[in-house]
Amino acid sequence: MNAPLSLLKMRFLTGLQYRAAAAAGILTQFFFGLIFIMVYVAFYAHSGEAQPMTLKEVVAYVWLQQMFFALIVLWQFDGELFELITGGNIAYELCRPWRLYPIWYAKLLAARLASASLRCLPVALVVFILPEPYRMPLPASPAALLLFILTLLSGLLLVAAISMLVYISVFWTMSPVGSVLMIAVAGEFFAGMIVPVPLMPGWMQTLAGLLPFRWTVDFPFRVYTGHIGVQEALAGIGIQLIWLAALAAAGEWLMGRALKRVVVQGG
Amino acid sequence: MRLYFKYMSILFKSQMQYRTSFLLLCAGQFFVPFAVFAGMYFLFERFGGLPGWTFHEAALCFGVIQMAFALAECFVRGFDAFSRLIVHGGFDRLLVRPRGTVIQVLGSNFEFTRFGRMLQSAVVLGIAVSGLPVQWTPAKIITLILMIFGGMTVFSGIYILAATFCFWTVQALEVANIFTDGGREMAQYPLDIYAKWVTRFFTFIIPFGAVSYLPLLYILDRTDGPDLLYMAMPLASLLFLLPCLAVWRIGVRRYRSTGS
Repeated sequence: MNAPLSLLKMRFLTGLQYRAAAAAGILTQFFFGLIFIMVYVAFYAHSGEAQPMTLKEVVAYVWLQQMFFALIVLWQFDGELFELITGGNIAYELCRPWRLYPIWYAKLLAARLASASLRCLPVALVVFILPEPYRMPLPASPAALLLFILTLLSGLLLVAAISMLVYISVFWTMSPVGSVLMIAVAGEFFAGMIVPVPLMPGWMQTLAGLLPFRWTVDFPFRVYTGHIGVQEALAGIGIQLIWLAALAAAGEWLMGRALKRVVVQGG
Repeated sequence: MRLYFKYMSILFKSQMQYRTSFLLLCAGQFFVPFAVFAGMYFLFERFGGLPGWTFHEAALCFGVIQMAFALAECFVRGFDAFSRLIVHGGFDRLLVRPRGTVIQVLGSNFEFTRFGRMLQSAVVLGIAVSGLPVQWTPAKIITLILMIFGGMTVFSGIYILAATFCFWTVQALEVANIFTDGGREMAQYPLDIYAKWVTRFFTFIIPFGAVSYLPLLYILDRTDGPDLLYMAMPLASLLFLLPCLAVWRIGVRRYRSTGS
């Protein structure tokens, strides 16, 4: 097996060890989901007019967000990698006979997959049998479900590529907190983690459309509910892949440049 | 109390050693709740309002809770990060000193980067206050201040309770996040939009309702009953804090060092 893949597997198994943390996470996400839905129910009750998304679609959106939180959230960062860069241990990494970008990419992917696979199923089991209005609706059609899985996975690849760029930025700033926080806040907003993109004002939606973030959250979730049709979803996967290729290439290039000028001070 | 300020000034100086990092973190702490607030604003713009609440009224609620949360995170951080003291055995050192445990744990950590969050909350409060057609009598201003400090007391109580559990579990309990982060997310909207069980739990068990929703009714002149009762509601947070401190004492007595 090649190095990135076996690393992916090892990291995934390590991640599965943190079951207690996952249990706490599940409860938290469940609570947040309920609270968000209650807020939306109140908003929809106030406004009688038709909105760009139905309440049902928003409910599905909220639960998907909670279920796949670990998969798509930009916020989650691996302290170990930051330590490597700021602590100087990057020197060891550089001695190893492999390219750094795929290795780190695999690490990030594995952490997300492990944490999501622990959390997703228990939440899923409960949300489909909740009383209305909290119940999670079924996917719009079998095709929508299939496309949802595809778009979610390519969204995951995309989000890992975005977070790689954040790690690489630390080579220059040497302090993770600043760049991480800024990118995470802006990214989450434009991904539709705080408010679904269709509920934003028009100018904001245009802006979100120009950035890669909405393809990681907003797009797969709306494919699930059928808010985005099959045709559009297929075209969207193409755009996801273009973004992925562009960001990964940029990451690889920047990392190469950063490593050329990296200076390790003692250690 | 002098000791507490001494601790504070020392930790402040040490955090200021990394000035750029400090400022960047402050800025980050400003933008995190800012994004949430922007989300709230866009929802109000999209839907026109909540049943019985305008944007500025909800913003007042948001500002009070965010401010209370930021204050608690800054000044009661020692309890929030308490599991580290237990895991590394640092708590043993505190026990041999001739001072109370509460004051020493409080002084063990401050998070001054929360100034960014406080600034953001202050801006939101400013927007809310200037947008509301409320006559700001001294009584109402006092109520507003009481709300903020009541909220801080509630958050502190939760931190202390969660820290106390570390005596038994050693590791920090992440479930406590439901009540701190979850409580904040929930209480930033007026409580009556939620289902009954949520409202009841967060009024009678963890009194977020008593520090935000009920006194808010007084500020907005929507009370039916004696005003003084609504005004004094934030004091209920003390009723929550006292049992938390009592449990803390029991915990300290049962403490066994991890030995590391």
